[in-house]
Amino acid sequence: MKSLGLFLRNPTGLAGSSLLLLVIVAALLAPVLFPGDPLDMATTPFIWPLQDPAFPLGSDSLGRDVLAGIVHGARVSVLIGFASTFVGVVIGTLVGACAGYFGGRLDDLLVRLMEVFQTFPPFLLIIVLVSIAEPSVATITAAIGIVSWPTVARLVRAEFRSLRERDFVLAARGLGYGAARIVFLEILPNAAAPIIVTTSVMVATAILNESALSFLGLGDPNLVSWGSMIGAGRDQLRTAWYLVALPGAALVITVLSLNLFGDGLNDALNPRARGR
Amino acid sequence: MARVLRTLRRTAWQAIPTVIAVVVIDFFLLRLAPGDAADALAAESGSATEETMAALRAHFGLDQPAFVQFLSYIGNLLHFSLGFSPLYNMPVSRLIGERLPGTLLLMATALSLALLIGITAGVVMSMFAGRLTDRVLSVIALLFYSVPGFWIGLMLIVLFSVRLGWLPSGGAETIGAGLTGWPWLLDRARHLILPAVSLALFFIAIYARLVRASMLEVRDQDYVRTATAKGLSRTAVTLRHMLWNALLPVTTVAGMHVGAILGGAVVVETVFSWPGLGRLAFEAVLKRDFSVLLGILLLSSLLVIAVNVLVDLLQAWLDPRIALR
Repeated sequence: MKSLGLFLRNPTGLAGSSLLLLVIVAALLAPVLFPGDPLDMATTPFIWPLQDPAFPLGSDSLGRDVLAGIVHGARVSVLIGFASTFVGVVIGTLVGACAGYFGGRLDDLLVRLMEVFQTFPPFLLIIVLVSIAEPSVATITAAIGIVSWPTVARLVRAEFRSLRERDFVLAARGLGYGAARIVFLEILPNAAAPIIVTTSVMVATAILNESALSFLGLGDPNLVSWGSMIGAGRDQLRTAWYLVALPGAALVITVLSLNLFGDGLNDALNPRARGR
Repeated sequence: MARVLRTLRRTAWQAIPTVIAVVVIDFFLLRLAPGDAADALAAESGSATEETMAALRAHFGLDQPAFVQFLSYIGNLLHFSLGFSPLYNMPVSRLIGERLPGTLLLMATALSLALLIGITAGVVMSMFAGRLTDRVLSVIALLFYSVPGFWIGLMLIVLFSVRLGWLPSGGAETIGAGLTGWPWLLDRARHLILPAVSLALFFIAIYARLVRASMLEVRDQDYVRTATAKGLSRTAVTLRHMLWNALLPVTTVAGMHVGAILGGAVVVETVFSWPGLGRLAFEAVLKRDFSVLLGILLLSSLLVIAVNVLVDLLQAWLDPRIALR
């Protein structure tokens, strides 16, 4: 509760969470605000922003509403960003907790596994996985999750190693608690702060990866996403650069809000960094 | 020197199981990929009978059991062969070899740019910690941290190529200009600026934030106070005493990010039509040529492993305590 108060008094965290809330609301309300498929033609092509009040952000080469595309694009970014981070955090926490708590041979093996995964360039591995499995929201989510877990695993392992010999853990062991109970109910809550901070950065990275993927044409072909809008607008870069600039701006604002949010969380949850 | 050599032996030894695991994963991903070289060739030629397909499969050894194929894959790797790309009609290793220098040049330029600007910004931020200069630079760093490289690349093209006409919008050199000597070098450099900057921005932000944090970390340590007490100027203390120690985490992180820079290069290269590995990977995805794609993945992983060994050596040299561990 003290952390929450600190977080709310922190201008960085507050700015980040308000912007983030705006993006999430846009994603949730997209079908209400802009009913119909944003990939359908709505008006004449190439209306510049601020020219037609009915289409404040203009239209693209096929006469699609840019604003509707951006609001609907938020859905894909938010969905894949959060879902893939969830996948990464669950796998990473399980692996990291096992390695850190049990130590020994298992630890050596799991650390090796993390090392192997971290030698693959993340974005290249995502491309390989998605193109082998055919692009869809599910495969993209899985691929980004698979690539991101070692970061969490390393962090969780380090936390568990430093916590496992603490008095409260020894007391729990002395009471005869099982390993699962000690890991999940005793140690994990105490290791939560750094995991939560990392999570916000992971969502930001996942959103950037998804946008780069759909920019290259490897996104879900049935959904409009900011990356695919930038990719489509690229062909008219010389004549209608707003088609690239606007979805990109939405992307930057979303990622920036997550990073501000993460910085704010870090300041609130990590007392050592306070006053810096 | 002996210390550095000892570290080399240890880290190289530790890298071997990682290399083996990477090769195994790469092979199984290749097996998982839909279609094989025979399918690709058949699709290319447009007409193929069952018999010719079977003959092609036998020719490429694709009718053998998985284990035999794995052994021949390993055998090929030991001869530095990554297989044959039917679509490009040349060995994958030669294809990659042609594109590798372009990517390495782009990565090295971007990394140097990021280290130079990032470390400078980080030192300036730490010297003015909490004041206006620090706040402004922090906001800029956070912005750089949040901007996707491919988008800023396109925006730079709009500004510097389309509007101002100062810099070329793509390619690695002016084709057919027949330049030599200095004009050629200048032409190459002009083509390199925009892609390198697009790729570097994200890493500038990372190094700036990291250097700022570690400078603040060492600021209150005794040896810094000693250096100040013996009458050294603030610049000398900052650069010679504090920065030297703050560089250690930067080398770790820079080593960790080689893979990320490679991944970023894939997208940036497609934006700027830069002839490198990244664009080759993208073309391979479009043509569904998985032998090329996985060859690139394997080679990049080996590159990351090699760079990490180098980083370990650099750290052993920077900090004598490390070799003792």
